[in-house]
Amino acid sequence: MTANDSGFDIIIEPEKNTADFFRELVKFRELFFFMAWRDILVRYKQTVIGVAWSVIRPLMSMIVFSVIFGRVAKLPSGGIPYPVMVFSALLPWQFFSNSMQAGSEALIRSESMISKVYFPRIILPASAVIVSTIDFIISFAVLCILMVIFRFTPSAMMIFIPVFFVPAAMSALGAGFLFSALGVKYHDFRHIMPFILQAGLFISPVGFSSSIIPQKWRMIYSVNPMAGVIDGFRWCIHGGGLYVPGVIISVISSAVIFVIGLKYFRKTEKFFADYI
Amino acid sequence: MTAIKIENAGKKYIISRRNEDRLYDVMAGFLSRTAKRIIHPFTRIKSQEDENFWALRNVSFSVEEGERLALIGRNGAGKSTLLKLISRITSPTEGRISLRGRVSSLLEVGTGFHPELTGRENIYLNAAILGMRTHEIRRKFDAIVDFSGVEKFIDTPVKRYSSGMYVRLAFAVAAHLDSEILIIDEVLAVGDVEFQKKCLGKMDEISRGEGRTILFVSHNMGAVLQLCSRVICLDGGKMIFDTTNPAEGVKKYLSLSGDNISRSEWINKKSECINDYFLPERFGIYDSDGKPVTGPLTRGGKVYAEIEGTITKPDESLCIGYAMYNHDGVLLYWTFQKDLDNSPNELQNLCGHVCIRSEIPLDVLNLGDKRLALAVILFGREWLIHPNDKNTPSVSFTLEGPLNDSPFCVMERSGVMALNILWTVKGA
Repeated sequence: MTANDSGFDIIIEPEKNTADFFRELVKFRELFFFMAWRDILVRYKQTVIGVAWSVIRPLMSMIVFSVIFGRVAKLPSGGIPYPVMVFSALLPWQFFSNSMQAGSEALIRSESMISKVYFPRIILPASAVIVSTIDFIISFAVLCILMVIFRFTPSAMMIFIPVFFVPAAMSALGAGFLFSALGVKYHDFRHIMPFILQAGLFISPVGFSSSIIPQKWRMIYSVNPMAGVIDGFRWCIHGGGLYVPGVIISVISSAVIFVIGLKYFRKTEKFFADYI
Repeated sequence: MTAIKIENAGKKYIISRRNEDRLYDVMAGFLSRTAKRIIHPFTRIKSQEDENFWALRNVSFSVEEGERLALIGRNGAGKSTLLKLISRITSPTEGRISLRGRVSSLLEVGTGFHPELTGRENIYLNAAILGMRTHEIRRKFDAIVDFSGVEKFIDTPVKRYSSGMYVRLAFAVAAHLDSEILIIDEVLAVGDVEFQKKCLGKMDEISRGEGRTILFVSHNMGAVLQLCSRVICLDGGKMIFDTTNPAEGVKKYLSLSGDNISRSEWINKKSECINDYFLPERFGIYDSDGKPVTGPLTRGGKVYAEIEGTITKPDESLCIGYAMYNHDGVLLYWTFQKDLDNSPNELQNLCGHVCIRSEIPLDVLNLGDKRLALAVILFGREWLIHPNDKNTPSVSFTLEGPLNDSPFCVMERSGVMALNILWTVKGA
């Protein structure tokens, strides 16, 4: 959309500049929400209980986790009701894993659109994150109900949840950009993704508290962006101490993932229609 | 004012032509390429088997505001590639394209339609994908529904629509875009006659009434003459001519197509395809009266592929036949005179002039353009004329719908084949 001296609105050249890229995103901003709206509408069509699924899904995984880790494995929870402890970690993890999963498939699933219409391609993986954000908000409401049921008073640090949501969203976006772009040419990534996410679930402190990690490993452990995010969420809800260096490292690594993902996406997007 | 300015636009694709017949070659090639590709994912490693293919090269022209330009040329001429560049679906390898105003394309109507969503929901979604703003969609919603004629089903999921209703709704959305430049690619091939008239009328209104610039790609010369004020002909990725007299342009194009653009009969005038065994003289597609076919074919008639030539050195493994490709170059099948065990026409005893003929199985082919390339081989030994070579004689025909009497089978179907398969249905 460079309005150059000759008065043309659009100049198409082999290389696209960054300013144009962002100007277009602003122009197509409504499409982000349309795509997210479509995904939400479509997801619960032809299901009997419809939107109730978005509440039941996180609730069911919370039950599985608290039974396995709290009852069977008997991991310590530090006096906090186990379901509340698990759920407060499950919230950011499910947000991350859903966004990454949906984001990485977003381009392949919209093959016909990519090969027939122009719009900023990045809208597809990004709108997957919007959908997961809505799921996140619903799950958060479920968590609040849980806290009432267990008569648990959350810490006042609850107001900092949005602060920890930012690195979670950045790493989810970055990973979504990277894997969706790779997946255009190599459909193999569709099959690899479940394993990455499964491994991530066990590496991240979802079913356990990260305080069980030996002190000397905690810095390295925090390179996983979700480690800092999940610790942060727990701190927001249950209070107690926060391992600040770990959070900083996680924030840095999520920023790195975001930048790498975005750069790779930008570099490869012009070939999408040729390869998909 | 210039609406579109194209300067030296070019688009390169890399085609791989690997000769991996043996499993070992496949595996060795796979391993080395995989390693390279993981390191450089999107830059294709150019190996000896890969060759560059310029779908479009050195194309330059300008279109003035309000001009109605038709791009004509046979399949593979680069028309669709050019439209894809202008509509920014893919980016050029070289050159520059400048546009004034918004561009909307009817490259394929109904893009982004989701079968589970209702007509109403799809109008909003599709319009947003095509670049409309929410307030615009709201304003035009009634006009779109009205034009499509599906008011009664507007809250039904589109997967329950007939194909006609689907196309009408999709076209209605696209036709109501307020863009300065409109790109139309063969959308009129679908829908009933009445709706086609309505579409042509709408397009006429758009271009003449509102002064919008139109780029039109079609094989329908009637529509080109009716709609357009200028004609550009492409072939092999290059511009052949550019004229503001559409009647003259269409005439010129049709006369070209008789010669080298698309033909149903090839005659060996220049002594091509020289080899020791068989010299082809004539190769073509003929109707049951033995006349070369002209115009599109439909199912129901019988057509034959015929090869005439001279056998100069009889050989028991000599096989003569052809390979059929569809419009995007996918091989559909090979066939040779020796295909059947009990074939009575053994060539090894023959010497001198022969003429072989077989019926083309129209009832398994999908709609669209098909190309037949001559194929001559000493079976198990060597190719004499390889159907995939650039200079191999080839002829082509177009198969038009419907596929059968069913109202579901008027359009091209997905897949390379389109068979009429009889189903039996039993109640529980």
